[in-house]
Amino acid sequence: MVAHLDSLKFADNAARARADASLQAALAKLQRDTRLARPGIISRLPEFEALRDRAVEIKDHTLAYLDHYLEAFEANLADAGGEMHWCRDADEARATILDICRTAGAKTIAKGKSMVSEEIALNDHLIANGFDVVETDLGEYILQLREETPSHLVMPAIHLKKEQVAQTFRDFHTDLPADRLLEEPAAMTEEARHKLREKFLAADVGITGANMLVAETGSIVVVTNEGNGDLTQTLPRVHIAIATIEKVVPRIEDALTILRILARSATGQEITCYTTTATGPRRAGDPDGPEEFHLVLLDNGRTGLLDDACRDVLRCIRCGACQSACPVYGAAGGHAYGGVYSGPIGAVLGPALAGLDKAWPLPEASSFCGNCQAVCPMRIPLPSLMRRWREAAHDRHLNKARGRIAVGLWGWAARRPGLYRLGARIGIELLARLGGKRGRFRLLPFAGGWTAERDLPAPEGGTFIDLWKREQKPGS
Amino acid sequence: MKQSQTPIVGLFATCLVDLYRPTVGFATAALLERAGCSVEVPPRQVCCGQPAYNSGNRETAEEIARQTIALFEPVDYVVVPSGSCAGMLKCHYPDLLAGDEAWADRAARFAEKCWELTSFLVDVRSWTPDGVSWQGTAAYHDSCSSLRECDVSDQPRALLANVQGTDVRKLDSADVCCGFGGTFCVKYPEVSVAMVDRKVDDIAATGADTVLAGDLGCLMNISGRLSRRGLDIRARHVAEVLAGMADGPAIGYGPGRPRSGDS
Repeated sequence: MVAHLDSLKFADNAARARADASLQAALAKLQRDTRLARPGIISRLPEFEALRDRAVEIKDHTLAYLDHYLEAFEANLADAGGEMHWCRDADEARATILDICRTAGAKTIAKGKSMVSEEIALNDHLIANGFDVVETDLGEYILQLREETPSHLVMPAIHLKKEQVAQTFRDFHTDLPADRLLEEPAAMTEEARHKLREKFLAADVGITGANMLVAETGSIVVVTNEGNGDLTQTLPRVHIAIATIEKVVPRIEDALTILRILARSATGQEITCYTTTATGPRRAGDPDGPEEFHLVLLDNGRTGLLDDACRDVLRCIRCGACQSACPVYGAAGGHAYGGVYSGPIGAVLGPALAGLDKAWPLPEASSFCGNCQAVCPMRIPLPSLMRRWREAAHDRHLNKARGRIAVGLWGWAARRPGLYRLGARIGIELLARLGGKRGRFRLLPFAGGWTAERDLPAPEGGTFIDLWKREQKPGS
Repeated sequence: MKQSQTPIVGLFATCLVDLYRPTVGFATAALLERAGCSVEVPPRQVCCGQPAYNSGNRETAEEIARQTIALFEPVDYVVVPSGSCAGMLKCHYPDLLAGDEAWADRAARFAEKCWELTSFLVDVRSWTPDGVSWQGTAAYHDSCSSLRECDVSDQPRALLANVQGTDVRKLDSADVCCGFGGTFCVKYPEVSVAMVDRKVDDIAATGADTVLAGDLGCLMNISGRLSRRGLDIRARHVAEVLAGMADGPAIGYGPGRPRSGDS
């Protein structure tokens, strides 16, 4: 089991991740596969960039009129027989869902994959209150057995090898023959399918997330690759969908625009295997569907982000492209971030959800390579938003004093060019002499961060500005 | 922008070139002169301000930005032998000063005349190396800012294609970050080294004897890890090869070449 890690200990968490060879292999494969697949995915859709622009427009417009579209959604959902529950925070959302489950007299709850449910730690709450909760997404099911959290937005168990999964199934599915073959992913999937089918049929309540809420119809859109979302929505008597406020879009056409870039950015598919829209409960004459439909709408700090420098982050559609493309995520893995969201999106959302004092290292732990912004289908300027958090951490003195003082001193000198040049001349001459003929340092005081595992190249000797002046003089 | 016959180019050396590898500064000046420019090196230049900007010290970064803009206002172009620092000047100065009425326009005009070196040579001067040779096999690493802020990717490769004797091999992850990231590499060394290890593995897999790039930050990081791992692969700034000044010690392999009569 992976304990819930601390965002403040990101550096230590990442160091542990680095020593985990199987995790490193899994991350390297994810990143390589994603990088090699991307050019083909984009070239097969010439309008990809135009679709991104359109998607950004849709979200920016919706966020500007969020109250209007959420109320429209609620009214249209009510017309379709569904009920909307407005929840300010995790406590309210958990209490609301618990209440619905109790009223329904539920025992077993089937769950589709939902990051919002992770955000409010829903499973723990329901299990603590006596319900049998089962995750029905294969990756999430594996994680539930192992008592782990998702390490990627769309590939939650990406940190595991298939051998680890096989062992988990042998440990938990003890009613099955011990000598069964379980080497191939297909065999494991088949086994999980049988186990989950029993739960689907027993479930009284199905809980799913929602990729989008369509205001004009009061519909939710859920995409999956396993079809578990559909069974979770249609088999149990009661369907609860949980979504955060920024998931709403005005029209079904807008949802379709976003769907066209979602799967391509997430997994490289043109479209997910299943795309389901659901509008309220079963109507008279419908062959299937739940008797009750509830939409639990969660704010959890997002209203605050609307007026904040980080507003653009509300465009996020949770595709995970930034994680798959981020070399820091690729080195540290998702769990090192110590929050529900990891990678660049986690580095921006983490401080917003947990508080900057509890997550300031996350936005600092980026080389600002910009690949996240380059691949983000919603063009969220993730590095700029991380820089905003760094500025807040600097102003509030949350980051390490040593770095703050060093940069402060350097900045003080840099604003005094005469002094800066004098200091540079002396410092560099000293360093060049220390470096000697070998030309590099294996060890240098105050440079342990660099020299622990890297040589530090010594300066050539002399500053360029001084040498240039000297060379220009004879001719001038 | 003034369009004189011989444009006056202000060379923004960058702090790493200024302090660590003056050879790159001389190579840059030589290339600019060969491309028909008159080169000026304002002596009161400092760093572009990124260490402050990326550490959240916005106020210091703003002051350095104003200082740099004022210093380079007289020249036609500002050319930088680094994608990272060029990106700071081109993309981030205007953002930093957007809210400052007195400086917003000046920053925007300044940004328009700032160029990364290889991009300036190819896109502005349509220059190609002629009669330059360097015997070696090279892996070319794209710095993140060159690639994503300065639109530089084909330019250095096109220039290297005209250097006699140089064989540029395909580097598998050329566009992936090496893990330098300024202060990031000392604040999160474990992550940074994990990143540079993947880069070094890919460089070694090309069989090249040298790694070239347009940013000294990446090169110092890569070179430092290469030598610590005992790999006999050298690192040089692309300007050294293009200017025919790659005969001195590589990065981290000894003092600079004698400075008389080589520029």
